[in-house]
Amino acid sequence: MFEITYLLFFLVASLLITVCLGGYMAKVFNYQPTLLTPIFEPIEKLSLYITGIQSTGSQHWKQYAFDFLLFNLVCGFVTFLILSFQHLLPLNPLHLAGMEPWQAFNTICSFVTNTNWQSYSGEVALSNFSQIAGITFMMIVGAVSGLAVCVGFLRGLTNRHSGNSGLGHFYQDFLKSLLYVFLPLLLVGSLFFISQGVPQTLQQQVSVTALEGAPQNIAFGPVASLLTIKQLGTNGGGFFNANSAHPFENPNPLTNFIEILMELAIPMGLVYMFGVWLKNRMQGWVIWGAMMAVFLSFLWMGNAFEQAGNPILSHLPSISVGIDQQSSSLQSGGNMEGKEVRFGVLPSMLFTVATTGTSTGAVNNMHDSLTPIGGLVPLADMMLNIIFGGVGVGLMGFLLYGIIAVFLTGLMVGRTPEIFGKKIEKPEIILASIAILLHPLLILVPTAIATMNDFGLSSLNNLGPHGLSEILYAYTSAAANNGSAFAGLNANTPWYNISLGIVILLGRYISIIALLAIAGSLLSKTKMEPGPGTLPTNTLLFGGVWLGVILIVGALTFVPVLVLGPLADQLAMLNGTLF
Amino acid sequence: MQNPVESIESFTVQRNDRKHKPAMSNQSLILQQALTGMFTKLDPRLMIKNPVMFVVEIGFLLTLVMSFQPQIFGPTLVTQSYVVGVMVILFVTLLFANFAEAYAEGRGKAQADSLKKTRSTTQARLILADGTEKLVGASDLRAGNIVRVTMGEIIPSDGEVMEGIASADESAITGESAPVIKEPGTDMASSVTGGTKVLSDYLLIKITSNPGESFLDKMVALVEGAKRQKTPNEIALTVLLAALTLVFLMVCVTLVFYAGYSKSPLDTATLIALLVCLIPTTIGALLSAIGIAGMDRVSRFNVIAMSGKAVEASGDIGVLILDKTGTITLGNRLASEFIPVAGKTVDQLARMAACSSLDDTTPEGKSIVELAKRLGVTDLNNPANTTSVEFSAETRSSGVDWEDGTRVRKGAMDAIKRFILDQGWQWSSEAQELAEQVARQGGTPLVVACNTEVYGVIHLKDIIKPGMAERFAQMRTMGIKTIMCTGDNPITAEVIAREAGVDDFVAEAKPEDKIALIKKYQSQGLLVAMTGDGTNDAPALAQADVGLAMNSGTQAAKEAANMIDLDSDPSKLIDVVSIGKQLLITRGALTTFSVANDIAKYFAIIPAIFIVAIPAMKAFDIMGLGSADNAILSALIFNAVIIPLLIPLALKGVQFKPMSANQLLTRNILIYGLGGIIAPFIGIKAISLALNLFGL
Amino acid sequence: MFVAIRFTLLILVSMGLLYPLALTGLGQAFFPQQANGSLIHNATGQTIGSSLIGQAFTRPEYFHPRPAANGYDAANSGGSNLGPTSKKLIDRITVDTSGYQQKNGAKQPIPVDAVTASASNLDPHISVANALRQVPRVAHARNVSPKRIKALVLQLTEKPLFSEAPYLNVLTLNLALETKNSF
Repeated sequence: MFEITYLLFFLVASLLITVCLGGYMAKVFNYQPTLLTPIFEPIEKLSLYITGIQSTGSQHWKQYAFDFLLFNLVCGFVTFLILSFQHLLPLNPLHLAGMEPWQAFNTICSFVTNTNWQSYSGEVALSNFSQIAGITFMMIVGAVSGLAVCVGFLRGLTNRHSGNSGLGHFYQDFLKSLLYVFLPLLLVGSLFFISQGVPQTLQQQVSVTALEGAPQNIAFGPVASLLTIKQLGTNGGGFFNANSAHPFENPNPLTNFIEILMELAIPMGLVYMFGVWLKNRMQGWVIWGAMMAVFLSFLWMGNAFEQAGNPILSHLPSISVGIDQQSSSLQSGGNMEGKEVRFGVLPSMLFTVATTGTSTGAVNNMHDSLTPIGGLVPLADMMLNIIFGGVGVGLMGFLLYGIIAVFLTGLMVGRTPEIFGKKIEKPEIILASIAILLHPLLILVPTAIATMNDFGLSSLNNLGPHGLSEILYAYTSAAANNGSAFAGLNANTPWYNISLGIVILLGRYISIIALLAIAGSLLSKTKMEPGPGTLPTNTLLFGGVWLGVILIVGALTFVPVLVLGPLADQLAMLNGTLF
Repeated sequence: MQNPVESIESFTVQRNDRKHKPAMSNQSLILQQALTGMFTKLDPRLMIKNPVMFVVEIGFLLTLVMSFQPQIFGPTLVTQSYVVGVMVILFVTLLFANFAEAYAEGRGKAQADSLKKTRSTTQARLILADGTEKLVGASDLRAGNIVRVTMGEIIPSDGEVMEGIASADESAITGESAPVIKEPGTDMASSVTGGTKVLSDYLLIKITSNPGESFLDKMVALVEGAKRQKTPNEIALTVLLAALTLVFLMVCVTLVFYAGYSKSPLDTATLIALLVCLIPTTIGALLSAIGIAGMDRVSRFNVIAMSGKAVEASGDIGVLILDKTGTITLGNRLASEFIPVAGKTVDQLARMAACSSLDDTTPEGKSIVELAKRLGVTDLNNPANTTSVEFSAETRSSGVDWEDGTRVRKGAMDAIKRFILDQGWQWSSEAQELAEQVARQGGTPLVVACNTEVYGVIHLKDIIKPGMAERFAQMRTMGIKTIMCTGDNPITAEVIAREAGVDDFVAEAKPEDKIALIKKYQSQGLLVAMTGDGTNDAPALAQADVGLAMNSGTQAAKEAANMIDLDSDPSKLIDVVSIGKQLLITRGALTTFSVANDIAKYFAIIPAIFIVAIPAMKAFDIMGLGSADNAILSALIFNAVIIPLLIPLALKGVQFKPMSANQLLTRNILIYGLGGIIAPFIGIKAISLALNLFGL
Repeated sequence: MFVAIRFTLLILVSMGLLYPLALTGLGQAFFPQQANGSLIHNATGQTIGSSLIGQAFTRPEYFHPRPAANGYDAANSGGSNLGPTSKKLIDRITVDTSGYQQKNGAKQPIPVDAVTASASNLDPHISVANALRQVPRVAHARNVSPKRIKALVLQLTEKPLFSEAPYLNVLTLNLALETKNSF
């Protein structure tokens, strides 16, 4: 009963957010006035003025991509300095030392790309100044850049600038994303979280004497402002090491529910906005429906296996009565290792599916401790990386698979393939192939290298097939710009800091550049009017085929490693084999 | 002479008037060539153009080495006979792929051979500057040379007639045996094609093409496939297949390390087998055969496509612009009704009309006599010593003058009106009304008069070719808009358009209107196809995405077009569209099939290779294949034999019925997607059982 | 290049500094209790912890929280990150289970949250099943009727919006045991 009510609330809330935020963004990025225009227009103009941007004319995709890259580079460099020299900067009451260079490299790669993989532990390694001017700042840059780029991409795909070969203006899109979309939600969201118990203070720690008399040092700081952008921007890098499992970062079931919705809000809205821009809302809903179908299937699968618990615990040899993992009115039951009591199983798994689908990477439970199939769910979710996906890049990835899907289906109805009225030819297929090749390359190859070397294996927290899953999860998370982890793996070693940093950078920028290039290339083609001979892409049938292509391309690539990792682990668990 | 291999089930492709079919005896020749090609194509320099099969070839070479030196890539647990087994299957896979391509090429070659014969040793009489003649080989002629060709000689190269009138036999090119007249100055009749034969008289011809560039040369090259370039879509698909191959290469190479981590080391031969099973070899092996066969199907229709691109584009056509005359309607208007004026009977009118037409050899005239006979008017005879009056542009009427001075006339209304008025008689408004009535119905009225008396009106009507309405309906379900172009007035045009069932029409069209029309639709993003034959059609043919020129047309039209119909039948455009679609569908279907097969192959191979180290993997062996060697060999054999099994499909093309895109997709996904998932489960299991039977 | 630098500085100052500092101001003004860590005090006004952060309890007269990977160190959060087939995990659970049995009796099955480590290392809650299982021990240690302890447990059971199953805050529960001197 709880399950049904909970999911019903979730679906209704998701639909509301999709329509409201999506409709709003469709207007904002189409330069139409909205309620907030009187407030933000002057700020936007002032910002352009003081940064010396004179013209906001539409840019060719190369210029757009260049501005995006250069800006990200500068931001990364500035943050690198902040992290490395935090001991010289203010708001460091605990006198924490500057970050080691390789860890700082890994951190900036991770945060500028909206990955937010953390090889450090927030409350141990970062001063409050680093948490706000370094981490919070980078989170905003990564997320807002992602949204801006996606807006540019969608403009190219939907011919927003008719008679113009441009995708829009990067800095203007960035400002619009930040001011009109992020800022209002950040302010409202942060205040809500503070009201629920999320700290927002410039203190870094408080010492108390616990009830039994032992001292307890409680770490906190400006958590709420970071938490909001972490969730809304699908960033995921926690203030605390335990991320959204930490009671200060996720105090109760309601904040948990809101955090989940915040992860999904912009990616969901973008799908709707795309439909509006295409003047084909049905197309938006077909994509939304396809994503939601996979989302719910993953959730169902993960929840079933987590709720079933760990069979080994039911037959511990030396224990007479056994451990009760059944769900009842007195406990949530299930596999509770690495989960919080206030969340239980389903809200934990909903968070897991949302955070890995959207490339957020925040966690409210420890994925490393999930049952093997329960852990396969977030892995698979990241391997696809398009179940709503990260802010901006998720929809882009979904449309990338769409290019492959229309290529095959177009052929099957006897037409040279087209997507949204644009012909798919060699350049698009080459670019799409690069983007599709990239994912397995970045995941499978470094995982293979790590599994055969001590520098890879010595970081493992778990042995046997679960160890393989730990390494696989790390590179999958990096390539998908997710940032969540099978956190048992000690990633703060030179090998992991460097290799993961590189995977993160390539995973982000190569695919974005390839997709922008596709948008640029499609933009220059004549749009064909749909006729009865055109294969409609806004149907249930095509949605199904689209999903089929995504699942088959994704599954075929990763099946062997998943068999040796999670599936072998599952078989071991059922047989009671320990490692 | 129905050749079984080419009996294509598609609705459009059933035609009996095909020419240039390879004779049955050619079959063995084609087979012979294909069997040779199977081995010559193993050359890695040729193979690298097909990345999928190139990977198979490398795998074959590696296993070949291992067959002799099993330990060369590290210690192995498998038997030598297993490695040899893998090697042999890979080799057979390669041969099958090569056979498919060589066989498809062979069919084209056989067709080209008959054309080549005419080209071989032609001599030409070159007229030199001083007026003397010199005998040179046809291959020495250059554009601008002037040659004389007399009765019984072969025209050495393409050219324009400068002088002389002659009949020519063009059957070598068109297959049409009736001779055609060639004379200078006229648009169509002045161009001659190399390889055709002068039957009578002589011609002075100015050569227009250099050696190797003549129409015949191009045609031979095209059907031979020698100049075959990959089409844009084929290139894009090749890229995609290469990317998939790379993905699976990564999957297999990295699997070595994962297997090492899991303490379940992989054998090199097994790994190669897994890789070959996973990469899309089925479509990789058949891709070029599909393309060649598609072009071949077009040429079997007696249409020469100048590029594969044009054939592909024809599958995408959104608008067909068709000339009314000759395409939608039979060339001429025919009498359909006699409408007498008051006081005259149908019989009287019919008799008079027929009398005026007895000597008239035009189709209209003949049809009037026919109609009269059908209405029961017999014993049609003109009195002796009748003078027939031919139609002239001045009088715009024709008829007969009898010896007794009776003058019978039929003609356009105003011509007959003048004829009556000139004799000092009153013009009856009744005839005028009848004539206008016919015109309103889209017909052409001919008024019949005898001396001063008007008998009535003949209704001449355009006759729509049988079956056109059905074809246009099919076009509509395929999403193709048909537009009729005609010089007729809007009323006539509308009537014909309605009867034929075209979507739209353009009346009183001039050649430049066609270009405007094409551009209009192209700007909406639609691909436009049209047919044409005259020089003034050339710009529009060039503008259209698919321009089909009639072989009877001018050189200019043929050069501007990207397809030439040797039978000069404009309605073939519709067939070409179907072939284009069929070509693309075949590619898509086999790609989907190929990729879908991988699911079953995973189920066969993955449990098999890890079952020793991880016994629990037995849970995934849903096919119950038993031993690892058996499972891997079964999957690999299935992977090989599916290629020859699908060669007929690749050559014939996937069945294509006109239906909406959604219906087509559903159908093809079910057959080739779902079928592609299920078929290998059955196939691999069957092969596995067979292997068990032989104790393997 | 200069545009990129100026733009970076603009965003750094506005979003990296202004935004969190402004929110800190707002939070401190409107929700000072929550913004400063929801700290709680005992009768004497001494700060004894945060209502959101779990604490370690080992004495028999207190309800015990879940096992923690890092001993309820509130400056170093995190889980055990051990997978279900990990020998380390099963060994730990075996030890914890026999300990729990010894303290709370071996007649009924053990609620799973009582022997599994939380994700945060700071889980302030336990399941109602877990609390009820500990009632006899606490009652015995405090020498009061188990009924009264059980009543307190039921009274403090929370089931907020969107929670899967009811639960109790261990610190609040133990504080209630302390403050109600009647026990």
